Amino acid sequence: MTLREVKQLLDAEVLVGEDKLDMEVRTAFGADLMSDVLAFAKPGSLLLTGLTNPQVIRTSDILDIAAIIMVRGKHPSPEALRLARELRIPILITRYILFETAGKLYMKGIVGCLEKVESK
Amino acid sequence: MELAAIVKAMGLEVRAGSERLNAEVRGGYVGDLLSDVMANSSEGDLWVTRQIHQNIIAVASLKEHAGIVLVQGSEPTKDTLEKAVAEGIPLLVSPFSCFETAGRIYNMIATKGEESLGAR
Amino acid sequence: MQANAKPLYEDSFAVEGGNFDNAGRVSSNIKSILKKMGLSSDVVRRAALVAYESEINIVSYSRGGLIHLRVGSDRVLIEAVDEGQGIADIELAMQKGYSTATEKIREMGFGAGMGLYNIKSFSDYFQITSEVGRGTCLKMIISISDAAGA
Repeated sequence: MTLREVKQLLDAEVLVGEDKLDMEVRTAFGADLMSDVLAFAKPGSLLLTGLTNPQVIRTSDILDIAAIIMVRGKHPSPEALRLARELRIPILITRYILFETAGKLYMKGIVGCLEKVESK
Repeated sequence: MELAAIVKAMGLEVRAGSERLNAEVRGGYVGDLLSDVMANSSEGDLWVTRQIHQNIIAVASLKEHAGIVLVQGSEPTKDTLEKAVAEGIPLLVSPFSCFETAGRIYNMIATKGEESLGAR
Repeated sequence: MQANAKPLYEDSFAVEGGNFDNAGRVSSNIKSILKKMGLSSDVVRRAALVAYESEINIVSYSRGGLIHLRVGSDRVLIEAVDEGQGIADIELAMQKGYSTATEKIREMGFGAGMGLYNIKSFSDYFQITSEVGRGTCLKMIISISDAAGA
C-alpha cells in the first residue's frame, strides 16, 4: 500500500514527508528496543515505534527505513524532528497503540520482516 | 476471545499457565519498556513482548494481563519460567516477529467480532 | 590480507561521550561515504551498523573517542577507540542480553545488551580489547567481495 493509504488507515498526521505519500510499502517492523530494529528491520520497511528521540531517526537512516510511524500519539522531540527533516525520513503520528497499528496494517496485507541483515 | 483459541490458531508454544488458557483476551499490548506497559496496558490484554527477564511476570500479574507472548521465538529465562509457573501466568512463545504476532492476534479478535460479516 | 596496501579512503571522526543528540552522526556520515564509493548495499549496511553500535557505545559508556574508517580494495576497516571506564569482563559483555545501561540509556531504547553481539555477528572480523580505567578499542572488518551482486 502507499504511504497515503497508511496515513488514511491510521488516521495519521504527517509531520515529515508530505511529498513522499506515493511511496509503496510492503513490510513493517515494530519495536522499542533499538538493537532489535538494527538487527531485524528490512530496508524499505515501515517502523512502528513509541520512541521519539533522535536515535530512532538515526537508526532509520542507517537502515533505509521507508517511514516511521510513531504510535499512541507520541511526537518526536524537537531534535528528532529537525533530524528527520534533514535526512528526509517521513514521520507519521497515529493515536492508535502499537498493537492496533500493527493489527490494522496486517489486515491490509502489510507483512512482517523477520530477516537479519546478511552476516558473513 | 479465549486465549486457547489464539494459541491453537497461531501454533503458540505454551511454557506456563496452561491451566489458565480459558482466559478472556480483551485486547493486546505491544511493549518492551516496562514503565510504558505499566502505564498504558489494560486488564485482559495479551502482552506481546521481547523481554524475557523475570520482571515481566510481576508486570503481567499486576496489570492482570490475559497472558504474555514472547516473539521471534524468544525463550524465557529460568527465573521467568519459574515465576510464571508459580503465579499461573500464561507464558507463550511465538515464532513470528512482533509485527506479525500482533497483527495476527488483532486480526483474530477483530474478525471474531465480525464473523457474520465474513471479514478476512 | 593486504595490510599495507594504500587505502582508497581514510578518515577519523570524533565522538563526544554523553552526547546523545549527536550520537549516530558519524555513522550516517560513514554510510554516505561508503555509498558514494559505490560499495554494495550489503557492505554499506553492515559497515554502517557496526559503526553505529560502536558509536552508541562510545557515547553511552565513555568520555569520548574516535571512529577511524579505512577503505581498501578488499575490505572496510572500522576502528572505534574510546577513553573511559573500559570493560572489566569482556566475555560477559559479549553475552547476549548483558548490559550495564543506566535508566536514561534504557529509556531511549538502548540497553538490551545486544550491541557487542550484533557488532560481532555483522563483521567478518572482530576484535575487542579493553583496559579498565583507560578505555576500549573495537576493530571491525567488513570484507568486500569481488563477486557481482554479493
